Amino acid sequence: MTTERTIKAYRRENGRVGIRNHVIILPVDDISNACAEKVANNIVGTLALPHAYGRLQFGADLELTFDTLIGTGANPNVAAAIVIGIEPKWTQRVVDGIAAAGKPVAGYSIEEHGDLETAAVAGRRAQEFVQWATELQRQEVPLQDLWIAAKCGESDTTSGLASNPTVGNLMDKLEPEGSYLCFGETSELTGAEMVCADRAATPEVRQKFIDTWNRYNDMIERHKTSDLSDSQPTAGNIAGGLTTIEEKAFGNLQKIGKRSKYIDVLEPAQAPTKGPGLYFMDTSSAAAECNTLQAAAGFALHVFTTGQGNIIGHPIMPVIKVTANPKTARLMADHVDLDVSGLLSGDMVLDEAGDALIDMVVRTANGRSTAAETLGHREFIFTKLYQSA
Amino acid sequence: MKPDIVIHDTADSVGVAVVEGIEAGQELSVWIMDTNETKSIVAKDAIPLGHKIAMVDLAEGDTLIKYAYDIGKVVEACGEGHHVHVHNVKTKKW
Repeated sequence: MTTERTIKAYRRENGRVGIRNHVIILPVDDISNACAEKVANNIVGTLALPHAYGRLQFGADLELTFDTLIGTGANPNVAAAIVIGIEPKWTQRVVDGIAAAGKPVAGYSIEEHGDLETAAVAGRRAQEFVQWATELQRQEVPLQDLWIAAKCGESDTTSGLASNPTVGNLMDKLEPEGSYLCFGETSELTGAEMVCADRAATPEVRQKFIDTWNRYNDMIERHKTSDLSDSQPTAGNIAGGLTTIEEKAFGNLQKIGKRSKYIDVLEPAQAPTKGPGLYFMDTSSAAAECNTLQAAAGFALHVFTTGQGNIIGHPIMPVIKVTANPKTARLMADHVDLDVSGLLSGDMVLDEAGDALIDMVVRTANGRSTAAETLGHREFIFTKLYQSA
Repeated sequence: MKPDIVIHDTADSVGVAVVEGIEAGQELSVWIMDTNETKSIVAKDAIPLGHKIAMVDLAEGDTLIKYAYDIGKVVEACGEGHHVHVHNVKTKKW
């Protein structure tokens, strides 16, 4: 069955569908942030993506940084990218990675030039990119060509009762129609890990999930100094009524709905390769880290539920904020895109809430700014696997 | 009737307050989502929005059930109608 729902979006050179048209100025490393921001200050219509890492990393941790940088640049919400790094070699590696997506990209290294000269040269190219990108037109494409990721944050019991089941209802409706969907948060499935394992599509994927969860849990066991109270669950979770990680995990898992099975377990920032369907990604449960990895894997829109009021956004991936907590909907209305507290007062049924979320997905894809976009939330936070050398 | 307390599954030993300002002594309407049944319970403590109320008497060492699954262990006995949270329930993990 295919949906008749369509969105107006940008079809990129590699066929992927983007719903924003950013020209990004991407620093390779922390010390190139300032130069990237100089370019973004000079050229209206560009967006700098400062971040904290990229120096003296090595091994898997370095590879994840490259995957995050390249994946973000390759994301279909990005029309074109300027890459700025201190050294030419790693700068070129990021440029080549993004160029594989077929989009315009140019790289500049600061050594032997300094910030001002680099910003001048990069700025001229950024200006060309913006003038080119602003002539691109949205076109009508099927909704299922939009890759959608999900996460919850500052959850409370209303998340498990209503807002996460709303996302689950969306997944139950869009997965059979051929959408690419993604959930993650490895540590936050603790207590419900075997129930999650049973939602794998095949025994091989099931074992891959169990191995992934075990590895994450072993890391927590190795470093923990307590039962993680105030970290997982957070103090906010506890204030909202969540008592244990197990309770939080069962609430979290409501996001994948009642029917869908995940068809693969992705490494952090890894793009799906098995076609349409639901994917699990090995991620931290910290919102900005998880969202950054999902965007780097190519997901172009995010549905994010909150109980107590997580205010997360992302520089290039719109984040739709959903809450079922009536108090949060009232006190933090400036952060909420969709209020489904009617599910708890008996004024709405789950099917209606799921449809309302799909409607908000379509409107956001068509260009409506999310609350997080209007408030300038651009959290771009790398997952660090271990210390730099 | 709008529920004060929502329960995921008939097997659950706790329900969740979905309205603000529940006081001790208040009679509460309870909705069980799984079966769409309703019943009532009297709160023995104030129960903040989103927090849990014991639907049965809980003894120390009992397993707390929500979503029909094990969500932790009772570390301090708690009677029906009382507030269930970090003061009387702990994780079995970590």
